[in-house]
Amino acid sequence: MSRMLSFEIFRYNPNEPKVKPRMQQYSLDETDGMTLFVALNRIREEQDPSLMFDFVCRAAICGSCAMLVNGKPKLACRTLAKDMPNKITLMPLPVFKLVGDLSVDTGTWFRGMNLKTESWIHTERRFDPKACELPMSNEDALKIYEADRCIECGCCIAGCATANIREDFLGAAGLNRIARFMVDPRDERKNADYFEVVGTDEGAFGCVGLMACDDNCPMELPLQMQLSFVRRKMAMHGLGIKR
Amino acid sequence: MKSENTHITDALVIGAGLAGERAAIEAALAGHEVIILSLVPPRRSHSTAAQGGMQASLGNCCKGEGDSPDVHFADTVKGSDWGCDQDVARLFVELAPVAVRQMDFWGVPWNRVEAGPRTLADGTVIHESSEKHMLITARDFGGTAKWRTCYTADGTGHTLQYTMDSIVVKLGITVHDRMEAIALIHDGTRCYGAVTRCLRTGELHTYISKATVIATGGYGRLYGASTNAVINQGTGMTIALNTGVVPLGNMEAVQFHPTGIVPSWILITEGARGDGGYLLDKNEHRFMPDYEPVKKELASRDVVARRMMLHMRKGFGVESKYAQHLWLDIRHLGEKHINTNLREIANICRNFNGIDPVHQLIPVRPTQHYSMGGVRTNIDGAARGLKGLLAVGESACWDLHGFNRLGGNSLAETIVGGMVVGQYLADFLSGAEFEYPAKLVEDFLKQQQDRIDKVIQNGSGEDVFQLRRTMEETLLEKVGIFRKGKDLEEAVETLRDLYHRSLNVSLKSKGGTRGPNPELAAALRLPGMLKLALCISYGALTRTESRGSHFREDYPKRDDVNWLKRTLATWEENKDLPTLNYESIKISELPPGDRGYGEAARGD
Repeated sequence: MSRMLSFEIFRYNPNEPKVKPRMQQYSLDETDGMTLFVALNRIREEQDPSLMFDFVCRAAICGSCAMLVNGKPKLACRTLAKDMPNKITLMPLPVFKLVGDLSVDTGTWFRGMNLKTESWIHTERRFDPKACELPMSNEDALKIYEADRCIECGCCIAGCATANIREDFLGAAGLNRIARFMVDPRDERKNADYFEVVGTDEGAFGCVGLMACDDNCPMELPLQMQLSFVRRKMAMHGLGIKR
Repeated sequence: MKSENTHITDALVIGAGLAGERAAIEAALAGHEVIILSLVPPRRSHSTAAQGGMQASLGNCCKGEGDSPDVHFADTVKGSDWGCDQDVARLFVELAPVAVRQMDFWGVPWNRVEAGPRTLADGTVIHESSEKHMLITARDFGGTAKWRTCYTADGTGHTLQYTMDSIVVKLGITVHDRMEAIALIHDGTRCYGAVTRCLRTGELHTYISKATVIATGGYGRLYGASTNAVINQGTGMTIALNTGVVPLGNMEAVQFHPTGIVPSWILITEGARGDGGYLLDKNEHRFMPDYEPVKKELASRDVVARRMMLHMRKGFGVESKYAQHLWLDIRHLGEKHINTNLREIANICRNFNGIDPVHQLIPVRPTQHYSMGGVRTNIDGAARGLKGLLAVGESACWDLHGFNRLGGNSLAETIVGGMVVGQYLADFLSGAEFEYPAKLVEDFLKQQQDRIDKVIQNGSGEDVFQLRRTMEETLLEKVGIFRKGKDLEEAVETLRDLYHRSLNVSLKSKGGTRGPNPELAAALRLPGMLKLALCISYGALTRTESRGSHFREDYPKRDDVNWLKRTLATWEENKDLPTLNYESIKISELPPGDRGYGEAARGD
């Protein structure tokens, strides 16, 4: 006999403002290897086709499906039913604008973050299609890749006390992004260039050190280390220490 | 319609994956106004999921020594089973190294050559040259004579997409995400933009543009088991086909990737075999060398997938409650290699199957993976049939891949294609004359509104999800790796019936259809998906030969006398089957011959 799972899912469609936000119950029999991707699609196809949620890759690569699963921000696609109790509560991520039900607008938030941190390589060089690439050590390449693995799912932001209180906080994803460009030898920005964006309460000094970001990151990025790295650089700049 | 729902721009790019963004960048750099539409935020595009790498003949690593565009060209043509356009392949191989270096310049952290000795999985020791130290390295991939696939661990698509999008953000290119193009606006000779449905509000919008680019990726989700993202439903191909004048090329050419993980069908990169992984059967015997003594696990994908299916038919598959499967073994690559260069797939094994590939075997089975076919274009990206319409990437039939794409050539195509098509787009826009076709726009908008109203008001009709599932199963069972006339005929009949029924869907989510109702979105897509499914099946039924991934058990040989040609499918109004035409394939450099691996090479 398979287990009956009881789902309690947040429902609200901003396009139907007369219907107030509510929690809705669904029951579903558990199947072998069932993920929340499988479960939510079954609920939609068999019980309630109006239910809104986001999945794209369903392989924990694209970062679309983060939601609060029994209160914790997680990627739904790789959350296995077998690891969950009989009762599963699903809520949309906080901080981000609600699209409907479990679907939130992370895209706009992250584009804003990328703009604010100017998340692209800054260089005076020009691309020469005939020239060989600039040499870089494999170690440096791997270090950049480490920080570049962020999938912008929003788990670190949703679980962050500061981000929940102040709208302009860059959060762990933003600080990690800054760290990614700081370690990139191709980027010609100096610490001073970053200071204005990150050396404030919106950036490295807004963090109150609860470290939920680190706990919640599905990619297991060393967000705590990245924060200290950026903070140290900014503190050194602020204090006028050159190294 | 609200006036803010009308948008006017120079270029409308539909799809924000690598191909669409690269083309958009080229047009924006030339000073044109561009709007990119996307079903999802750009960084969630399916390009991001590409793991293994991007082919370019840099020849930096020692196993790539002596590589050149010529060698890359020959591999690509053989891989395509002589189905590709050789002028396109030539242009592509010459530009691929530039594309890799430009992506490096923009920020991709390509893995680098480390000078000195290194021991490979099979025990051979290789020496990387100090002259190439710290230049971009490459790994081995199927169907290639040299190690040519540039990579960033096994997250190559991710780093490419993030870097590409960083340039889109830097240039301030407008992106409207959660916006689905549901019809092209055209007068039978020229394209004027698209009618779209907003997936936040459900409202319709119109985009009027001098040029429109389709870059919506593949149709993998037509199949019940696909490595593809759930958004890959061929929406761009559908709206092109619906014009009645734009042909889709080679829709029967469907790639099955040898290693989808069972049972979630998530991709396990070819890099796993490229880096030295083995395929084992139920007796844990490494069987590929028995069939392919030279290329072993690294023959082209169509060949490896067929060998795997054949081996399972012979009774060597592993039984499971899902599907029969084989094993992928990467244990001998070692913990360090697996946890760095193959980390994302190690995570997939752990998260979805509870398997640690450092110590355990991975259950795999060939799975639908890639659409070689698509919107037929010229070498510059101009779609056939409508002026002002372009297509690029997987949604296009450019035609770089013919009947089988090599691993690592799809990421490369998105970027090289994006450069080439973007250049044409920029030039086209500079010379484009344009008059706002107000009446036409109104007509197309009304057509779509009527279509939506009809679905919403339909009181009793078919269930969209049930019809979709039947389509998925039909393609999987009857239009898969091994095909035969009888199955294909049955598939065509089933799909025709489904197509008619798809025009009579009624929604179960009554009263709640305001906003971005997902059932309505599915109902609007389904007839188009069935049209694509019919192009695939009918094309496969009609092509009485075997070429690349299209394998007919009743016609097992390639037939260059009768079939060295490309299928062109168009859809006339009120028909329930595509009209098929054929064009000859130009052989400009390399005449048809033996691929050097696979059935022909062994005479079986």
